[in-house]
Amino acid sequence: MIKYIVKRFFLMILTIFIIATLTFFLMNAIPGSPFNEEKTSNAVVQENLEKHFNLDKPLPVQYVLYLKSIVTFDFGPSIKQPTETVNSLLGRGFPISAELGIWTILVALISGITLGVVAALRHNKLIDYTAMTIAVLGISIPNFVLATLVIQVIAVDLKLLPAATWNSPQHMILPIIALATGPMAIIARLTRSSMLETLTQDYIKTARAKGLSPFKIVVKHALRNALMPVVTILGTLLAGILTGTFVIEKIFAIPGMGKYFVQGINQRDYPVIMGTTVFYSTFLVLMLFLVDIMYGVLDPRIKLHKKGGE
Amino acid sequence: MLTETKETKDQHTPSTSSEIPDEWFKPKEKDAEGAETVVRPSLSYWQDAWRRLRGNTLAMAGLVFLILLGLMAIFGPIFSPYTVSQGNLPEQNLPPSADHWFGTDNLGRDVFTRTWYGARISLFVGLMAAIIDFFIGVTYGGIAGYKGGRTDNVMMRIIEILYGLPYLLVVILLLVVLGPSLFTIIVALTVTGWVGMARIVRGQVLQIKQNEFVLASQSFGTKTSRIIRKNLLPNTMGPIIVQMTLTVPTAIFAEAFLSFLGLGIQSPFASWGVMANDALGVILSGDWWRLFFPAFFISATMFAFNVLGDGLQDALDPKLRR
Repeated sequence: MIKYIVKRFFLMILTIFIIATLTFFLMNAIPGSPFNEEKTSNAVVQENLEKHFNLDKPLPVQYVLYLKSIVTFDFGPSIKQPTETVNSLLGRGFPISAELGIWTILVALISGITLGVVAALRHNKLIDYTAMTIAVLGISIPNFVLATLVIQVIAVDLKLLPAATWNSPQHMILPIIALATGPMAIIARLTRSSMLETLTQDYIKTARAKGLSPFKIVVKHALRNALMPVVTILGTLLAGILTGTFVIEKIFAIPGMGKYFVQGINQRDYPVIMGTTVFYSTFLVLMLFLVDIMYGVLDPRIKLHKKGGE
Repeated sequence: MLTETKETKDQHTPSTSSEIPDEWFKPKEKDAEGAETVVRPSLSYWQDAWRRLRGNTLAMAGLVFLILLGLMAIFGPIFSPYTVSQGNLPEQNLPPSADHWFGTDNLGRDVFTRTWYGARISLFVGLMAAIIDFFIGVTYGGIAGYKGGRTDNVMMRIIEILYGLPYLLVVILLLVVLGPSLFTIIVALTVTGWVGMARIVRGQVLQIKQNEFVLASQSFGTKTSRIIRKNLLPNTMGPIIVQMTLTVPTAIFAEAFLSFLGLGIQSPFASWGVMANDALGVILSGDWWRLFFPAFFISATMFAFNVLGDGLQDALDPKLRR
């Protein structure tokens, strides 16, 4: 187990390193410096600007400085917004995005698991078909389409909830619905199929024979094993929710991290793009790492150090 | 298999126990020829899968929708008197009518025509992504699974690292650098997209290569590439096709998502993502048709591919048959 964790840890560091390197060289592959568009600046200003952002140094030196900035978690100033640093943008945006993300994953997990369990218990009945049709619809409707749909119907037509910004709990409902539906559908389908498999196993028959209540059998005995596949895809789901926040924050005008990332892309603000990409990736890879370890802890049958599939 | 059932005498259940005729208890004469007769027509794997798929109404509806969509994407713009990028300013923001079936947008462009151009782009991106994933993933996974040992180990480490990369972030990064265009979108989507396919093919090949017919082929001295192509891949086609069908909606979603962020196809060219993004600002003014049609077709296409993929999975994967 320890050996596996150490191995996974180094793999994680390697992945982050590769992403960081890839980001750096891709950004440098773009012809010209970020200041070329500013026609007003003269040669001296240009030189000073490049000096300020360390762009006058040779590429290997820049690369080392960049790696250093990642290790110390200091991504430097934004080019297009001189009063801001990447860190200040992240510091302001991340708590809001995190709040949105945590609520989304909670809502998706609770509603998805409930829907999946109910569908499995009523296998091949009307409820099962309804739940699974909802699930396929949830997977098929892109989050930005759903977001505009709920704004149109709930906020504009019915005037039930505010359409945008992030000020009160009422403001949070629509973005969370828009973002959580996709993951909910995936979780529901997965829970259903693994629940169906678990319910056929012998130990469930034993539990039934002992005369346990159906509720206890499902919640205490079946669900525990049935939820293992859900744990495995948590990492991937988090990645989806994270990228989903880009469009959701854009549509609902939420001042989160995704908004700054999209803004950075549109303004070609390279330090912001590099900083946020590395931040996002590190966060995601760390989550994948934690999920993997959690999986090993939860299911002792899985030998994590086993090599390959042979 | 099950299709070769031997002819047996029908087994009647007597209505009352007292009236059992004596001849029922006489031994049946052996009929050497009759025992070998195949009663039911023998079905190949594909015929069997097609029969199952046909029984799945939802999946067939998806298939029909996709065929119609494909036809409209090819022929739709031909029937329309309007062009995709040419606007007509006096005809701004018209609601759907006999002239403009899906209405017009803020530059007076016909939404009906633009929708079918969007369908071309979405289907093209989706199919190209699936085909490229197929070639890279099958080659990579086939070699890793068949060679095994150290080769497999190294190749799987590479996949593990690629799998850890956040998919859409890498795509966004590549698009920022390479500049938005249809070509770069497809490249960006396939750079990490083939990993899933490679994993599936490898897993299947690892199982199948244990079989005797592969050993027989090896003992004839068949070349590795031929064994992979002729012996292993045909037996993994089911999961591969399912994976391809499910890759398409992911790619369509990614294209729409990127266009929506302003990173994909650029206006005046039409893609569903671009159209939805252009329409976002006017949602409050009540021009519902500008958002509705692209949004509807993105969702309906993804839905059709998803249900078709689910149906194919049920039809092609014997393990799921219950």
